[in-house]
Amino acid sequence: MDWEAILSNTASWLISPETIAYALAALGLAVHFGYGGLLNFGMAGFMALGAYGYAISILTFGLPWWAGILVGCLASVVFAFILGIPTLRLRADYLAIVTIAAAEIVRLLFTTQVFDAVTNSADGLGNYHEGFRAANPFPEGTYGFGPWTYNANGWWVRIFGIGLLIIAALLVWLLMRSPWGRVLKGIREDEDAVRALGKNVFAYKMQALIIGGIFGALGGVVFALPSAVVPSVYVTSLTFFIWTILLLGGAATVFGPILGAVIFWVIMGFLSNVLPAMASSGLLPFMSTTQAATLRFIFVGLALMLIVIFRPQGILGNKKELTFVKQ
Amino acid sequence: MSSPHSVPAPRRARTILLFFALLFGALILQSASAAPAQADEVGTEYDFYFAGNVKYDSEPLEDVNITVEGNGYKADVDTDAEGKWKIGVPEKGTYTVTLDEETLPEGVIVAEGSASVESEIALTNSKIVNYFLGEGVRETTSFFDQFVERTVNGLNFGLLLALAAVGASLVFGTTGLSNFAHGEMVTFGAVMALMFTNLQLPLWAALPAAVVMSGVFGYVLDTGLWRPLRRKGIGIVQVMIVSIGLSLLIRYVYLYFIGGGTYQLPGAGEAGINLFGSVTLSITDMISMATSAVVLLAMAWWLVRTRTGKATRAISDNPSLAAASGIDVDRVVRIVWILAGALAGLAGILWAYFRPGIKWDMGTQILLLVFGAIVLGGLGTAFGALLGSLIVGLLVELSTLWIPSDIKYVGALVVLIGVLLVKPQGLLGRKERIG
Repeated sequence: MDWEAILSNTASWLISPETIAYALAALGLAVHFGYGGLLNFGMAGFMALGAYGYAISILTFGLPWWAGILVGCLASVVFAFILGIPTLRLRADYLAIVTIAAAEIVRLLFTTQVFDAVTNSADGLGNYHEGFRAANPFPEGTYGFGPWTYNANGWWVRIFGIGLLIIAALLVWLLMRSPWGRVLKGIREDEDAVRALGKNVFAYKMQALIIGGIFGALGGVVFALPSAVVPSVYVTSLTFFIWTILLLGGAATVFGPILGAVIFWVIMGFLSNVLPAMASSGLLPFMSTTQAATLRFIFVGLALMLIVIFRPQGILGNKKELTFVKQ
Repeated sequence: MSSPHSVPAPRRARTILLFFALLFGALILQSASAAPAQADEVGTEYDFYFAGNVKYDSEPLEDVNITVEGNGYKADVDTDAEGKWKIGVPEKGTYTVTLDEETLPEGVIVAEGSASVESEIALTNSKIVNYFLGEGVRETTSFFDQFVERTVNGLNFGLLLALAAVGASLVFGTTGLSNFAHGEMVTFGAVMALMFTNLQLPLWAALPAAVVMSGVFGYVLDTGLWRPLRRKGIGIVQVMIVSIGLSLLIRYVYLYFIGGGTYQLPGAGEAGINLFGSVTLSITDMISMATSAVVLLAMAWWLVRTRTGKATRAISDNPSLAAASGIDVDRVVRIVWILAGALAGLAGILWAYFRPGIKWDMGTQILLLVFGAIVLGGLGTAFGALLGSLIVGLLVELSTLWIPSDIKYVGALVVLIGVLLVKPQGLLGRKERIG
């Protein structure tokens, strides 16, 4: 086995656009679930709206790239309203089922042939990079060191994404130590008590849903920035991977989602390299390389179960701050 | 130029590759890469192909959809600006080449012969298929016949959904768990049926054995996972997320063992018997509907008449009160899990015939429809789940009369959200505070 290549590939996942995108989405989910107690299982839908909002406004409407990002965020705000108005007054598991259904509706509408002219149906969209790359402040050429050697576009995507992530994390940190954040956490712990204090619980939940949704949409944009937008990415599994990341790092923390995303992708990157290599060099008998590559997803499911059962507060979380309120 | 319709080419190619791997045991084929999707040519990695040129009045017609189907293979393309198309096929043999008349310009039809022709690649490596187009009006099935056909299909689909939904609803009622791994329990029945038929068991033994195994699966999940979690006193939201982890785990275990291909059970996709008009129904469909109806009636009888059934409903109503009046809650929950497993397994077998085909993520595809049916009927009420399933099944099939079939699930999901808006307790649910 070529350990040098495996480790180098693994290390590159540390700051890959996928890692940054998942971290942003997980941060949004932290606002929803970790702080607000909202069971949002439709993060894939928010991300799809961000990515498609960006791509379609550039390709179909010829908007500049930064306006595309704004359109993506706006779409997710509208989506949050559509989800929130019927369900935020209901019990938590209703929100779970409605959000997962709504995310599937979004995906199916982007996949169908009906809007082929705009969405290019199942093949997805590409070639919207011109504007974003023209705004690249970095000089031409390939630079960096070790496994982190990218060309100018590669660096621009990563640094732009990390910038967004830092702003988002700072915002969450400031919000959660503000009075607004305290009320939100109060709603998570005991909704009726907060309502008894005269707070408009519905409005707070709605605001949390919108803020987290915008982070999700930004995650979708960062995911779309380097490559293409393909509808088959935004399946419910994507949502569940982001939940795994959030619960791994710690749901009610600012750095938990980021740490979770890095750990998730580095381990996934490592396994995707090492397992097939082990299978082809005969270390994993009775297993084809395809099967070996499937193994890592089995581990994700197992990890999610074990985290929730044995360490529900995650790596960085505080056990005293209950994220899973008994119902 | 526009892109190929339906399934994206890479996935299709993988399905075929795996099909052949199964047939010949030639797993080496799996490493072959999928061909890139080209606008007017697909399957270029194969040695044999069908090709043709679609013209009307010596003018080439663009974006006419052509499908080649046969020998377990299916592919389609749109013609290019010169009216040309080309579809590669994996082996020699007879295929059905179909021109989609819907994609022809207004007033143009296939004038001679049928839009769907049988064509054989025998001696040469390729075959040219051309159509004679002429002016005319399309003959379509009457709306009434379509409506009846869709209704029958919808009932069939709704009944199999009900099998899965009643089980999930009983689990929710007795334990409070929205089980996201229920889709995998559905797939389990189909995978077991596949395993038993591959072991050369006759169908009459293989399918019941698969249902029994599914019941055992439900029992194992309850004793191995859900009961310890209940003992530990873990909250319902936590357990729900555990079920999501379990769903991912089991789903990828299926992928690990059976790969990404689609497998058929014996007797799937057989020709239908013409009942009246253009309404056809295969024997499998009839048996499927009869089985679901009988099993559902038996379930209803069990719930209303037997002691355990009554106990189940009592626990759904008020667990503490039921326990206090001497009902062994653990025992009832165990029975409910076994039943839910067996019903889901049966639903999986029927779903494998209805789709048709067994695939690693087939259960996940209907999980949301099952949830939708449960919410529509009223969370936790078994009869509500039955009613909800029938409505969802009919809605999905009938909606294809007006909307394209690739968004037929959207209608059902929109209704789910709509119901929550107007009547959150569902059709048969009790009015209570759920906010």
